Amino acid sequence: MKEFEHVVADSMGIHARPAGMLAKEAKKYGSKVFIRKDEKRVEATKLMAIMGLGVKCGQKVGVEVSGPDEDAAYAGMKKFFEENL
Amino acid sequence: MQSFHGKSVYKGIAMGSILIWKKNNVQIKRLKIEDAEAEVSRVGVAVTESVRQLQALYDKALKEVGESSAAIFEVHQMLLEDEDYLDAVHNMIRAEHVNAEYAVAVTGDNFAGMFADMDDDYMRARAADVRDISDRLARNLAGRGETGFDFANPVIVVADDLSPSETVQMDKGKILGFVTVHGSTNSHTAILARMMNIPALVGVPVDLENLEDGTLAIVDGYQGQVVFEPSGEACRKAETRMEKEREQLWLLQTLKGKENITLDGHKINIYANIGNIGDVGYVLENDAGGIGLFRSEFLYLGRNDFPTEEEQFQAYRQVLLNMAGKKVIIRTLDIGADKQVEYFNFGKEDNPAMGYRAIRICLKQPDIFKTQLRALLRAAVFGNLSVMYPMITSVEEVRAVWGIVAEVHGELESLDIPHKVPEQGIMVETPAAVMVSDELARLVDFFSIGTNDLTQYTLAIDRQNERLDDFYNPHHPAILRMIQMVVVNAHAHGKWVGICGELGSDLELTERFVRMGVDELSVAPGMVLSLRKIVREMKVGK
Repeated sequence: MKEFEHVVADSMGIHARPAGMLAKEAKKYGSKVFIRKDEKRVEATKLMAIMGLGVKCGQKVGVEVSGPDEDAAYAGMKKFFEENL
Repeated sequence: MQSFHGKSVYKGIAMGSILIWKKNNVQIKRLKIEDAEAEVSRVGVAVTESVRQLQALYDKALKEVGESSAAIFEVHQMLLEDEDYLDAVHNMIRAEHVNAEYAVAVTGDNFAGMFADMDDDYMRARAADVRDISDRLARNLAGRGETGFDFANPVIVVADDLSPSETVQMDKGKILGFVTVHGSTNSHTAILARMMNIPALVGVPVDLENLEDGTLAIVDGYQGQVVFEPSGEACRKAETRMEKEREQLWLLQTLKGKENITLDGHKINIYANIGNIGDVGYVLENDAGGIGLFRSEFLYLGRNDFPTEEEQFQAYRQVLLNMAGKKVIIRTLDIGADKQVEYFNFGKEDNPAMGYRAIRICLKQPDIFKTQLRALLRAAVFGNLSVMYPMITSVEEVRAVWGIVAEVHGELESLDIPHKVPEQGIMVETPAAVMVSDELARLVDFFSIGTNDLTQYTLAIDRQNERLDDFYNPHHPAILRMIQMVVVNAHAHGKWVGICGELGSDLELTERFVRMGVDELSVAPGMVLSLRKIVREMKVGK
């Protein structure tokens, strides 16, 4: 398993649209991707669950990646967070 | 004649017959089904059809109201394909052997409830989106297809509430106005109404059962009022106002891109007041020369804890970048009095207007203040920033502020973080500041006169108290003389003066302010062109 942390810089936090893009991105990989905030942990392919985390601007989330294409998924997710959130 | 009040979303007047929009709330019955798998595949078909409809709505909205407003339908498509949502529907069908319509209705309620319980206004508003997609899915399951909006003639739509998909499906040319019983000024309906320039009122306590289709109504977005069955007199008045409004709008548009200059060559700056990053669009649209008052409170309100330096920095930076070199005057935290925030733990005050607020909090709790200042100094690198401090009463307070700014500046220097000390001014909104404005002018770069508080403190009148309305004279000579005094003292020291309170947009006073030598007026974005018109048609004289 590989993981990284990211502080959300988008002024609206992870609102509906980027959450949707995030779910789309996570579906590209065979690996499981999880998003963590505080003690909550949800699968990144699930839009409503991600929105349910209610991540606001300036808050930190953890991203875990594990599975067959771990390296590609890790790189892809990291790039996604840096560019969009 | 019957009239109701609500919150106005878009200022304008409309008159016409009403159409009462009722959702075809077909009662969804719980039915026992035998073949669960067949029911599950019906859901699949309905999802595909719903996604197709949403794509069509997205394309329509994209053409009519632009990408940012259309995005909601893209989100709706993704919500419909959410795994948890569909799993819940499927599980319910399989476990309880119920019909798909019923499973969708219950699941929709559950997920909407989850959003409705969140501690964030934005996410709470998403409950309406979940209901919207569930209604659509249930409609398609029942084979009822898209809701129809075929009206022959233009109408004022009166509804309990309107979902974004209902709003955008309506033919723009056929809608004169919106009146809804529910809905907030931040709802998608409100945003769309603003984009479409349609007079709209939300939160109007009208009983739909007592209304009939075709009733004549006047929607007045200026007064936040709707009148049903208006008198002939009221209709004539409304017609005159609509005629004037059309003329006015057309004339004002021709003023875009022109200077704020009097017939005899005197120039003045006209800026806009805003309270949110989203308002920057209106500032540019109305051709304001800059932002004369950016209230930073939005960063602090409606949350559970202080905004971090990073969060503030990002917000300020974004506004500066969007304004691309035009002046942006950000006012530091002005909280207390009528704007209370729980996590500040202020405690109750007998007289909050004269209490612990604004700069007083910042000087007593410098940690809060320094976080904001660090964010402002860092953001200053990205554009034309000015900072102003609210509720100043003395020279000592300004010196104390300068001390804290110097500390923050030193810290950023030593850490080698890119930053800049911006132009700094103060709000003149207490009679005390007016009386010592000659001394204050030496210390600051500019003054911005906050006429709302200045009037309240000078006339000893609480503006919230309706019983005092007869005593309230916004044009009281005491106020006008104070403004003149501030201008004279500022100019004697080579400093500039703006007005950012309500009085600044009082069109009866514009000429007078220009003659007094006021250098800048900052008003609601929609007022900018009206002021420009007056300035361009006047002479300062000798």
